[in-house]
Amino acid sequence: MTDTNVSFVRTEQIPPSPPPAAEAGIVKWMRENLFSSILNTVLTVIAAYVIIRLLMGIVPWFANGVWEAGSMRECRDILAGASGACFAVLVDRWDHLLFGFKYPPEAYFRIVIALVLLLVAALPVLFQTVPRKLLLFTGLYPFIAYWLIWGGSLWTPLMLLALFVLTAMVYRLIGEQISTDMRKIAAAVVGLIAGVGLAYLLFIGAGELGFIANSIGTSGALNTVAYGAFWLMSGFTYLFFIPMGIFVGYAIYNSYEGGGLVSVVTALLFLYAALTFVFGPVSDGLASVVGLELQAVASRDLGGFVLNMILGTVCVSLSIPLGIALALGRQSDMPLIKGVCVIFIEFIRGVPLITLLFVANVMLAYFMPPESNFDLVLRVIIMITAFSAAYIAEVIRGGLAALPKGQYEAADSLGLNYAQATRLIILPQALKISIPGIVNVAVGLFKDTTLVSIISMFDLVGMIRGPIQNATEWIGVYWEVYGFGAMLFFVVCYGISQYSQWLERQLQTDHH
Amino acid sequence: MTQAQMQVSDEVAIEIRGMNKWYGQFHVLRDIELTVNRGERIVICGPSGSGKSTLIRCINALEEHQKGSIVVDGTQLTSDLKNIDTIRSEVGMCFQHFNLFPHLTILENCTLAPIWVRKIPKKEAEETAMHFLEKVKIPDQANKYPGQLSGGQQQRVAIARSLCMRPRIMLFDEPTSALDPEMIKEVLDTMIELAEEGMTMLCVTHEMGFARQVANRVIFMDAGQIVEQNEPEAFFNNPQSDRTKLFLSQILGH
Ligand SMILES: Nc1ncnc2c1ncn2[C@@H]1O[C@H](COP(=O)(O)OP(=O)(O)O)[C@@H](O)[C@H]1O
Ligand SMILES: [Mg+2]
Repeated sequence: MTDTNVSFVRTEQIPPSPPPAAEAGIVKWMRENLFSSILNTVLTVIAAYVIIRLLMGIVPWFANGVWEAGSMRECRDILAGASGACFAVLVDRWDHLLFGFKYPPEAYFRIVIALVLLLVAALPVLFQTVPRKLLLFTGLYPFIAYWLIWGGSLWTPLMLLALFVLTAMVYRLIGEQISTDMRKIAAAVVGLIAGVGLAYLLFIGAGELGFIANSIGTSGALNTVAYGAFWLMSGFTYLFFIPMGIFVGYAIYNSYEGGGLVSVVTALLFLYAALTFVFGPVSDGLASVVGLELQAVASRDLGGFVLNMILGTVCVSLSIPLGIALALGRQSDMPLIKGVCVIFIEFIRGVPLITLLFVANVMLAYFMPPESNFDLVLRVIIMITAFSAAYIAEVIRGGLAALPKGQYEAADSLGLNYAQATRLIILPQALKISIPGIVNVAVGLFKDTTLVSIISMFDLVGMIRGPIQNATEWIGVYWEVYGFGAMLFFVVCYGISQYSQWLERQLQTDHH
Repeated sequence: MTQAQMQVSDEVAIEIRGMNKWYGQFHVLRDIELTVNRGERIVICGPSGSGKSTLIRCINALEEHQKGSIVVDGTQLTSDLKNIDTIRSEVGMCFQHFNLFPHLTILENCTLAPIWVRKIPKKEAEETAMHFLEKVKIPDQANKYPGQLSGGQQQRVAIARSLCMRPRIMLFDEPTSALDPEMIKEVLDTMIELAEEGMTMLCVTHEMGFARQVANRVIFMDAGQIVEQNEPEAFFNNPQSDRTKLFLSQILGH
């Protein structure tokens, strides 16, 4: 039997044709998605019932909502037994919900301006297509916003700005512009100062730790544990303050050739010295010549949703660069830097944020010189920033680990140095991989700013829990205010999440 | 042009003396002796794991050696950072998996190092980049991203990217072994052209046709040592060592 059909040669090309049109129609969609099987049909019916019951409860609550009333009692009278919300509380306490109850009302406009300017300053960071020149404004924005929100003399933020610029110049001078011989001398001097300074600080710190331990006492199991822990830390510090000082001082001296560590430490020492000795007198002097004053507002008078916004914005923008630095430090070949970063990250990740906030509230005061008058908001910012930086560092570490080794090798083989390779090749890719994780941390951080209500700061939640719910006229108000708070947070967090998804699509380079 | 006509000068480009390398306890490279003159085209072959990659990666200090000396272009390779960067910018390298930077366009891939390492103005760097992209025959892809190109195109971009640094020596580590068969030729053609222009080349490859056509020396490595080296004709037609014979019979399918 012979079959000649095995060989086959196609003689003409099949022309391309469009894919078959999808069958449309709402009935078809419902049949496929809602009623495709008995189980599915049952689930659909149950879900429909639940949704309808919910709507039956919620819709009248909204529809009957009372917007004009002076108190909860008036609301109830107007509603006359019907179910309905008392939105009048939002109208009545609108300012307090947004700005807190102590911020001077005549200065609200300053916060509004600061928020509007924030949008402008954020534009060039968020969108690549915005002219790069706006970044200059972004750089100036923190100083402008500080002046607008806290008021006081304009000289304070201006002087701070000048100090930062000078610090950067010192850094460049030591790191790049002087000869190696000069740098060796500088490294010796700075290493000595930093080593002795560190040893001194640790010595004082050890004493303070013992003092804290004694003031905690041994009444109760928890106190005893804390007492022991603080004494342990204290003893440890007493043991190591001299070796640590010598070690760090020597490490700084030893870095004179590359110049990295010396220039950083010198710049930081310069900043510290300038802040403690020069800053106050000079800005006071300038202020006495030309005032440029806005009505000053104390940090403890900030409140409402604005406080959440301030904490959220400041902490996110500080913790991303700090997180990057920690992640890179953790990968470093230098054991000292690596060790510091690992200990920092692991310690912070092992402690609940609320503990850190209590520390900020109570304990940081122990470590600060009494006259330094270290602002509570600043302390809270440091703690939240440290907390989220540790998490962001871990997210970015994941991104760094996901990069193929070949990327490092290609950068090396082209002769790029560590800083160039990191900035131009490694970070852009690692950060892109890390966007979802970073956004996750940022959204969490923003919501966690409400925890400050527990250390008696009056952010949005603090306002609701305290002054509003405790006011005699608004006793019993609950859903309206918390619902409003949830809505504010939702709008911001949803916005962030949408932006991050958009950004991820923008950065996609494999298919266009 | 045949390989006999290609210029080989007396000037030494790379000199490796008694070089040894260990990965922990594992002795990867043993007493490597190799002198490469300027203009030489050397093909390195050998079984997988014999240390070919490690050897050429030592030449641009992607790997550190522990004993012996490597002198590239008159500069001794030590662990001193400064001269490592100098060597690396003089020695181009192409990898098996191209290692293009996926977040940068083809043009940006080619201009990055000239701009940042050589401090060449952007405009000039772009002109150079376009020149070399034309040379590897993909100037029209300059504004695409690596992910949008085929493997062969990516490898040619990688070659162009190295050439933009105007290297005096080029290292290739199995540049065609991750490619589909129909793309191998386009990459080899580019490399042949480069050889004809007198570039000093060290190439790890199993493309024996390429070795015959271009190389003036073939080196066979096994177990971390240079087992045999010879001119291509002699190497292929009359291998001396048993290990070479075995390897050649496997690779040429005899
Ligand atoms: N980073 C490394 N650490 C430990 N061993 C390695 C490392 N890189 C390569 N090796 C080992 O060194 C040997 C030589 O590797 P390689 O030079 O890549 O071989 P080839 O390129 O000839 O296939 C192999 O046995 C490999 O397993
Ligand atoms: Mg290899």
